[in-house]
Amino acid sequence: MTLTTPDRAPPAGTGVPLDTMGGRHRNAPQQLWRWFTQETAALRGLTAVAALVPLAALVAILAVLAWKAGPALKYNGPGFLTRTDWRPGSTYANPVKTDGVLHPVGALYGALPLIVGTLASSAIAVLFAVPVSVGAALAVVEKLPPRISNGVGIFMEVLAGIPSVVFGLWGILTFGPWLSRDIDPIFANHFPDVPLLSFFRGYVPAGEGLLAAGLVLGVMIIPIVAATTRDLLRQVPRLPKEGALALGMNDFEMARKVSLPWIRAGLIGASVLGLARALGETIAVAMVSGSALATMPVNIFGTFGTIASTIVQQLDGSLGDGTGFELRTLAEFALVLAIITLAANVGARLLVRRVAGTALPVGRGV
Amino acid sequence: MARPVPLNQDAAPFDLYGRPDWRRRTGYLVGWGACLVAVALVAIPIVWLLWGVVSRAVPVWRWSVLTEPTSATGGGLANEIVGTLLIVAGVAVLAGSIGILSGIYLAEYAKGAAGTILRGASEVLAGIPSIVLGYVGYIALVIALHWQYSLAAALIVLSALTVPYIAKATEAALRQVPTPYREGADALGMSPLRSLSRITIKTALPGITTGLLVALAISVGETAPLLYTAGFTNSLPTLHLTHAPVGYLTYAVWTFYNSPFKGQEDLSFDAALILVVLVLIFIVASRLVVALTQRNTEKNN
Repeated sequence: MTLTTPDRAPPAGTGVPLDTMGGRHRNAPQQLWRWFTQETAALRGLTAVAALVPLAALVAILAVLAWKAGPALKYNGPGFLTRTDWRPGSTYANPVKTDGVLHPVGALYGALPLIVGTLASSAIAVLFAVPVSVGAALAVVEKLPPRISNGVGIFMEVLAGIPSVVFGLWGILTFGPWLSRDIDPIFANHFPDVPLLSFFRGYVPAGEGLLAAGLVLGVMIIPIVAATTRDLLRQVPRLPKEGALALGMNDFEMARKVSLPWIRAGLIGASVLGLARALGETIAVAMVSGSALATMPVNIFGTFGTIASTIVQQLDGSLGDGTGFELRTLAEFALVLAIITLAANVGARLLVRRVAGTALPVGRGV
Repeated sequence: MARPVPLNQDAAPFDLYGRPDWRRRTGYLVGWGACLVAVALVAIPIVWLLWGVVSRAVPVWRWSVLTEPTSATGGGLANEIVGTLLIVAGVAVLAGSIGILSGIYLAEYAKGAAGTILRGASEVLAGIPSIVLGYVGYIALVIALHWQYSLAAALIVLSALTVPYIAKATEAALRQVPTPYREGADALGMSPLRSLSRITIKTALPGITTGLLVALAISVGETAPLLYTAGFTNSLPTLHLTHAPVGYLTYAVWTFYNSPFKGQEDLSFDAALILVVLVLIFIVASRLVVALTQRNTEKNN
């Protein structure tokens, strides 16, 4: 048997020989097009280049930060993490060189107040958002009828989509003033004046401060924590839940004793993911924090600053430093922030992947 | 004499002797009560926030806001609206193409360690705070490349921010396409490109579209990465990619809310209202995409 003839005859009357040999065309563009459409290699190469973009962007970001922050790292030294100074130095005197780093006379920066502010506001956010998110997710998955659950889902989608700057506007014009006028004084005037608890009493600024910013951040991270928890709860298998009911538990006991322990690792991951988002949130905090520099918050109502909010607010001013040293210091701040958030993010994902076998969502949830 | 133990009394447990078990009943009521309070705590801030925006913006709303550009003391938001739409369109093209192609690679070709590394890099990139991206964009694109405040710098920074979302959504959607579809296309002798474009991507289109819409909603609402890349201008944006700042809506909210001029303060509320409306449009659109395609699949089955 020979295979020299095509197994199908060309359509009668067309006179075009059917190509069974795979791309033996006469002109080059046609051949190129045929190669592109027929071979996996071309498609594979094109998509691979696109898939490398995030990796390249990540490397580029860290490289630019390290390049820019290098001299600041050298001059500010390890004490940067423990100092509370924000001294741009004298921009009128001639700049001086220390260890080859050009800087204004007397410039000295410390990150401690901003690191504390970042961690404290995010901690308040997580303490508020996690119980609320878990409760809402439990109600949505285990109790509420589908119609209401859908409604709550839409609410969370809207919450996830509201721009950060609108949260800031609400925080500074509506929520913060309400908090400082009607709620804060109750605590501030009545908490006992003993060490530790005295952090909750004292002067209340007008609408800006740690508690207000932390709660606004908490509202902002509810969608990601709640949506992740909800998806994890939906993945709990039916059998153990039915077993719990068969043992005579009611549906709340089932939710608390079967569903919640089942998703524990995922829940921790979701909380840390929310924490990572709160740590890096910029604009809303910048509007509600009161933008303190170089001072720790005096009490839980006090004004403060986070790394992110300080970068966005000081970038303009840092251009007044002709030596560029303040700009370099901001790069060092950005590097610290990137390391903190990356550690939280990667930690959450590794934990969840190892224990729960599911992936955490990318981004804001829903 | 004890009554028999009733089974499956959801809300009203009895103890072994048939007496009401008040400890468990209290736990039930308190537990679900707390969960309902949590649902309320999710809903109240949204209603409060939306009401805050609407109640401030509507009384000062003028339709000329949509047609006049911003002036030094007031004016309208025409340049910000056009700028935001321009930025969103640019992100849709740049981040959309890179993200979708990247998602295709992750779903179809990435195997083993390479896939893990690329996926990990994408997730890590999505976790980088947007202000860090904005700072790097400012240093690298605006200053070092001498682009100045420009559309191109803004688009690149926003794309770095949104590509992970689109890639993830595309990958997830492609993975949900049933294997028999691909096998059928292969068995019919379709070329890989044709099979991908006519069968796989077509089936995954709702998921991809939803991911794209989320990314666009993010780029509408971002402020921090734009402040030092797009800059700001009172005049309508030009199509120049570099050396021309672009106005956008979030800048108006961020800057004008404590302006000494009543006209500019009002613009801040108007811009917030327009932003919320845009976000709602994106949410409704993505819900529509899902609903329409679900209706189609039910019809086909």
